[in-house]
Amino acid sequence: MATPGVVHAHAAPQGFIRKYIFSLDHKVIGIQYYFLALAAVLVGMFLSLLMRIHLVWPTASIPLFGEIKPETYLTLLTMHGTIMVFFVLTTAPQSGFGNYFLPIQIGAPDMAFPTLNMLSFWTTFVAFVVMIAAFFVEGGAPLHGWTGYAPLSALPGAGPGEGLGADLWITSIAIFCAASLMGALNFITTVLDLRAKGMTMMRMPLTCWAWFITAILGLLAFGVLLAAGILLLMDRNLGTSFFVPGGLSVSGNLVKHSGGSPLLWQHLFWFFGHPEVYIAILPGMGVASQMLSTFSRKPIFGYKAMVYAMLSIGLLGFVVWGHHMFMSGMSPYSAFAFSIMTMAIGVPSAIKTFNWLGTIYKGRVRFDTPMLYAIGFVSLFVSGGLSGPFLAQPVLDIPLHDTYFVVGHFHLIMGVAAIFGMFAGTAYWFPKMFGRMMSESLGRIHFFITLAGTYAIFMPMHYLGLAGQTRRYSQFTEVHYMTQLIPVQRFMTYAAVITIGAQLIFVVNLFWSMFKGPKASDNPWEATTLEWTTATPPPHDNFGGHTPVVNHGPYEYSVPGAARDYTMQTDPATSTAH
Amino acid sequence: MATLSPTAVKFPQTHHGGGEGAPPFYGGGGGDGRGGGSNSPDYGQRLRRARLGLVVGITPIVMLFVSFTSAYIVRQGLPTLDVRTSTYVHDWLPVHLPWVLLLVNTVILLVSSGTMEMARRQITRQAALAPVRSIPGVSLGEEKIFPWLPFTVVLGVAFLIGQWEAWQELAARGFYLATSASSSFVYLLTGMHAIHLLGGMLALLYAAITSLLNRPVEARRIVVDITAWYWHFMALLWIYIFALIEIAR
Repeated sequence: MATPGVVHAHAAPQGFIRKYIFSLDHKVIGIQYYFLALAAVLVGMFLSLLMRIHLVWPTASIPLFGEIKPETYLTLLTMHGTIMVFFVLTTAPQSGFGNYFLPIQIGAPDMAFPTLNMLSFWTTFVAFVVMIAAFFVEGGAPLHGWTGYAPLSALPGAGPGEGLGADLWITSIAIFCAASLMGALNFITTVLDLRAKGMTMMRMPLTCWAWFITAILGLLAFGVLLAAGILLLMDRNLGTSFFVPGGLSVSGNLVKHSGGSPLLWQHLFWFFGHPEVYIAILPGMGVASQMLSTFSRKPIFGYKAMVYAMLSIGLLGFVVWGHHMFMSGMSPYSAFAFSIMTMAIGVPSAIKTFNWLGTIYKGRVRFDTPMLYAIGFVSLFVSGGLSGPFLAQPVLDIPLHDTYFVVGHFHLIMGVAAIFGMFAGTAYWFPKMFGRMMSESLGRIHFFITLAGTYAIFMPMHYLGLAGQTRRYSQFTEVHYMTQLIPVQRFMTYAAVITIGAQLIFVVNLFWSMFKGPKASDNPWEATTLEWTTATPPPHDNFGGHTPVVNHGPYEYSVPGAARDYTMQTDPATSTAH
Repeated sequence: MATLSPTAVKFPQTHHGGGEGAPPFYGGGGGDGRGGGSNSPDYGQRLRRARLGLVVGITPIVMLFVSFTSAYIVRQGLPTLDVRTSTYVHDWLPVHLPWVLLLVNTVILLVSSGTMEMARRQITRQAALAPVRSIPGVSLGEEKIFPWLPFTVVLGVAFLIGQWEAWQELAARGFYLATSASSSFVYLLTGMHAIHLLGGMLALLYAAITSLLNRPVEARRIVVDITAWYWHFMALLWIYIFALIEIAR
């Protein structure tokens, strides 16, 4: 905030560095975020592949990696989770697509604070570098899981990666918090202050609503994680005892700390952690809404209900963190309250789902790849979401919590659903971002393999969980009752190898289309929102010197009496417009 | 929108509004955020945007201290297991704060908040009169310029030195960072506040540098204005922290 940096409409930059590296242009920054997330997702995916292989062939020696020891498995698990949650699920849907398309969709020339925006990206980049550096220091990366539960995360001697590696991990998270806060500040100010004439809040596309609400969640949640991270760093390096209880001994040595509360970490972490789940999924909801409406050639069913549903999901997201802690011995009364509140989230989620179905119903559906991915999103959201109410009940959560049931649940709803939102966003906006179309046939092949593969990987996890297979274990071959489940694990590993291989199709499609794809028109999907009114790719100030004036809502498809089946938001107002 | 005649007449009116220093709004028509496509910088709009950004930006700082506070309260009431006797004991050790010194610091910070406000009003006046001054032939009597900003920085430094002294005093009384949970929190809260105050001082230095660089007074005014509100927030935050560690100890 110190530097106002309120460049109103900064001049187009000259020179490579100002144009592509330290750019103030929200479009360049959006693409930078996108590629950062792409790099991160490749790393995260590689780690998951190593885990899957190790689970089925525990003694196999991986080329360049050697045999995976139990502690190495925990390291893979930790870094996979951390990289995916922070640098993929938080980065691409919100900071990537949001940066690129939020200003255009509301008719602004740039973000409210372009300098802060650039700073935000490069801070995220530094956070990522620090996170990756944890692999290469003595002892390697930490093994305390992406949730970093104390006291394991608070004691440098507690494990091989818990020395410098864990310090780097926490530092990276803290830097990431700062970056996300800068981003959220920019998003919120932009939405409140930079909307074009006629672009009322209730005329914003649902994508903008999703980014806006996500930014509010980030603004409130990341400060808490930052606080937790600061306390944890102090415990590790300055001898305080916020999270470390007394009487612990590590490798036979009694630790000096006393009186800290590991539960305090859990409360602070999950107060951030649960809103984080919605930070990951809300942008995907916005993207899915946009696509389902566009490709069904129908207005979104229940626009206002969609907005209020997202708002209430965001609000409820802040009062349910305790459902991650049913195992912690909390009072049954608190658990009951958290449980009721958690199940209440099912209501707005169901509103959204039924509205999506209502949007497709009786539409003239065009099955272009963005639409396929959006349908995939809804499918995964439902499949992953339905196991939520089970886990929301303490009596069921206690046996299921440390099993694969939970792994299946959150990978479907938070992981892959959000990833499908990104696929949908990529396929939909690629023409606008790069001026060329992606290959439809490659997109279809990728979609079907990934959807089937995803279900093949994560659905069996629910059965494994019900059968009592514990998560976080590196090896099941030595436990008698679990050996019988190994064939299921083997099936999942095969599915994972195929699905991960299929992602190459996406990457090839992305880069091939960027240079060789057919030229895109300004509005290839015949969509209505503002990004389709401008040139492809958009000029530096987004609208080439003029400011759009908005006369219509965001999803006016197939308006009776209109000449075309879509009414752009900037089309002249008519008497039939509402 | 930036035509001279109507705005030049309006400015003295906003100045006359006094107290709250309402920003002169340019092109407020429709309230849709962006005024026209004119290339001339729209300072009123920039100021409003910067203020909005400040309010939004203060939110996570509030959340940070809310988190610390909740941790503080929870930890205070938490019994801990004494491993030697296997019983639960209360190990919360009330910190003997050097409260006289802290009270002096509080007064210094409050006075700095006052000087900061004077600086803000001074530059608001200057910014409001700038377009009038630029009209050839118009002369407004020279205003006395008091160096409120450097004065504020000096007071800010004095406050931080005072806080450092308070830390020394705490250490002299046997309360180090890791002595007990209560002293950890005292150092944590005062330290985090000091870091945030330091951020405000960097902003003031930035404002001082821009005043040397001959930037337009309207642009400098935005920096000073939002830093002033931030500074007031810092003063409030300090009073809150002081009350917390003094009353709930």
